[in-house]
Amino acid sequence: MSILVDRNSRVVVQGLTGKEGTFHARTCMEYGTQIVAGVTPGKGGTSHSLDGSNHPPVPVFNTVADAVRATGANVSVIFVPPPFAADAIMEAVDAALALVVCISEGIPTLDMVRAWRYLQEKKTTRLIGPNCPGIISPGKCKVGIMPGHIHKEGNVGVVSRSGTLTYEAVDQLTRRGIGQSTCIGIGGDPIIGTTHLDAIRMFNQDPETQAIVMIGEIGGTAEEEAAAYVKEHVKKPVIGFVAGQTAPPGRRMGHAGAIIAGGKGTAAEKMKAMHDAGIFVVESPAEIGAMVEKTLRK
Amino acid sequence: MKIHEYQAKEILAKYQVKIPRGRPAMTSEEARKIAVELGGPVVVKAQIHAGGRGKGGGVKLARTPEEAGRLAGQMLGMKLVTHQTGPEGRIVQRLLVEEALHIKKEYYLGIVIDRAAGKPVFMASAAGGMEIEEVAAKSPELILKEWIDPGTGFQAYQARKLAFGLELAPELVNKAVQFMTALYQAFQSSDGSLAEINPFLLTEEGDFYALDAKINFDDNALFRHKEFAALRDLNEEDPLEVDASKYNLNYIKLDGNVGCMVNGAGLAMATMDIIKYAGGMPANFLDVGGGASAEQVKNAFRILMSDKNVKAVLINIFGGILRCDTLATGVVEAAKELALSIPIVVRMEGTNVDRGRQILKESGLNFTVGLNMKDAAEKVVALASHAVPEAKVQ
Repeated sequence: MSILVDRNSRVVVQGLTGKEGTFHARTCMEYGTQIVAGVTPGKGGTSHSLDGSNHPPVPVFNTVADAVRATGANVSVIFVPPPFAADAIMEAVDAALALVVCISEGIPTLDMVRAWRYLQEKKTTRLIGPNCPGIISPGKCKVGIMPGHIHKEGNVGVVSRSGTLTYEAVDQLTRRGIGQSTCIGIGGDPIIGTTHLDAIRMFNQDPETQAIVMIGEIGGTAEEEAAAYVKEHVKKPVIGFVAGQTAPPGRRMGHAGAIIAGGKGTAAEKMKAMHDAGIFVVESPAEIGAMVEKTLRK
Repeated sequence: MKIHEYQAKEILAKYQVKIPRGRPAMTSEEARKIAVELGGPVVVKAQIHAGGRGKGGGVKLARTPEEAGRLAGQMLGMKLVTHQTGPEGRIVQRLLVEEALHIKKEYYLGIVIDRAAGKPVFMASAAGGMEIEEVAAKSPELILKEWIDPGTGFQAYQARKLAFGLELAPELVNKAVQFMTALYQAFQSSDGSLAEINPFLLTEEGDFYALDAKINFDDNALFRHKEFAALRDLNEEDPLEVDASKYNLNYIKLDGNVGCMVNGAGLAMATMDIIKYAGGMPANFLDVGGGASAEQVKNAFRILMSDKNVKAVLINIFGGILRCDTLATGVVEAAKELALSIPIVVRMEGTNVDRGRQILKESGLNFTVGLNMKDAAEKVVALASHAVPEAKVQ
């Protein structure tokens, strides 16, 4: 099993006809994901060919609601430019999709505040991201921009705020022959739809996930909250790393959310909270795979 | 994005937040003239993008215009060191000269985004004028909080709760409510990531003022506030960081001697961490982003190398969208153009990695290959520490 996405996921791509949308929709489709529809306002009724792929063109709709009605889509992935991305999220929520994955980077925070409130009011939709690589259940379904080939089907759940650092961790696992149930990049923004805690709760309930890798970074308190949950509820081994141990305070380290502000959100604090919760914390990012292997052998 | 106090106050004034009368000055003569205009005692305040200016000697009272001119002369060009500037300090190039007020009591007001709650939070405290981080750490109960629902905005009752919570006299509450409401308007309309009034001043005459003001803008929202571009003060930024921002590169200068170039913010931080773990110190944070071109990679390299402390470089790329061959092409071009003499360790993985390795090999340049992150970090740290004595000989 896996969480959130699998072979039954039917994906609508918001922003399909753009360069990014086209490129990544194709890689997802080649991975085996059912890309059933695209949404580009004004291009409804047309169909869009994903260059270089042998698959039939994807039907395009003006609204997400139209796409859902016509194709039975249940997952959306968003590639629209940041000024319009919060609106795209709300449109997908309004169409009551079960899962919305927002890849777009650079959404204004106050736009996300509104989108977040809208999500909570509707209660129908889980959001992953924004500013994230997406989600993949190896061997089944890829909804995102991660390189599919480094993954392997298996039993380790991976949740991370980062993109390429997640690939690094996954690569370490796959090279050791350790597969993944689902890998979720939750995104590097201050306000995100799915937190470490949410992902860990789902992995904990997934019978096929045997161990969980949690990769955090400086800023905020999401890692501490997840650690508190792990301490209370999680019996599966959790392996953790926090990026930014050498980051200076007050500087935004690339991700909008990766900033040590007012003395809070340091890597040291997070690692301590995780360690105290019984999480196997590694200091070096090169040790993630080895630590997972060790805990699984026990 | 950060701006100066006087710029923040100009924005606040547009939203009817009450600020002391005053103007910015670039010369001592200007400062003197402003003091003449204002009449009476004035305060001369150094304008740098860092707090703690008072303690560092960057805020002074002048009783006469002549004194204002003299103090301004001393302050302009001086190196101001505060707990927020680091030991290198900042050179003072702009001043704010404003009327001195009769202080009765100092409070604190601030608005930030509460990440866990997913909405802005309005904070108020009677412990104003101090480091609010210190108050928050030692006595968090002294900070009152009202969370703002984005659907309805900041309501008058919330401002009243804060005002009564500050134990203001009943006749002052409405004035404080007006002030807070105006502050929220300014924060919301300018896409702030932080707005802080510390101190939020009550005068002997019973009026409230923003005696100091800080506004940070959300970088992601700058596209809809084109007018803010003019507020950027490049003197307050590291020249290398300014250069990097022109090419959409995320570069932050640090103190070590191992330069690093990475794709992705998380992996870039993790690379810095593993350099330290291997016994070295990173010279920078540099994220070339997900879809960097060979041109961007070249510029990234140039910027990285213009930091003279750099003794060796680690390139750590996990190719996803950024393909390893693109990266390798950029690196080779840059290395040739810049006639690089320092050791470079390259660790590549992911999309088109074989092609990338081939390009590096065929370049005829001397790259050290890192087999994985650990191996790469150990190699680059060893190379950087060996490079130090050589540099001294030269």
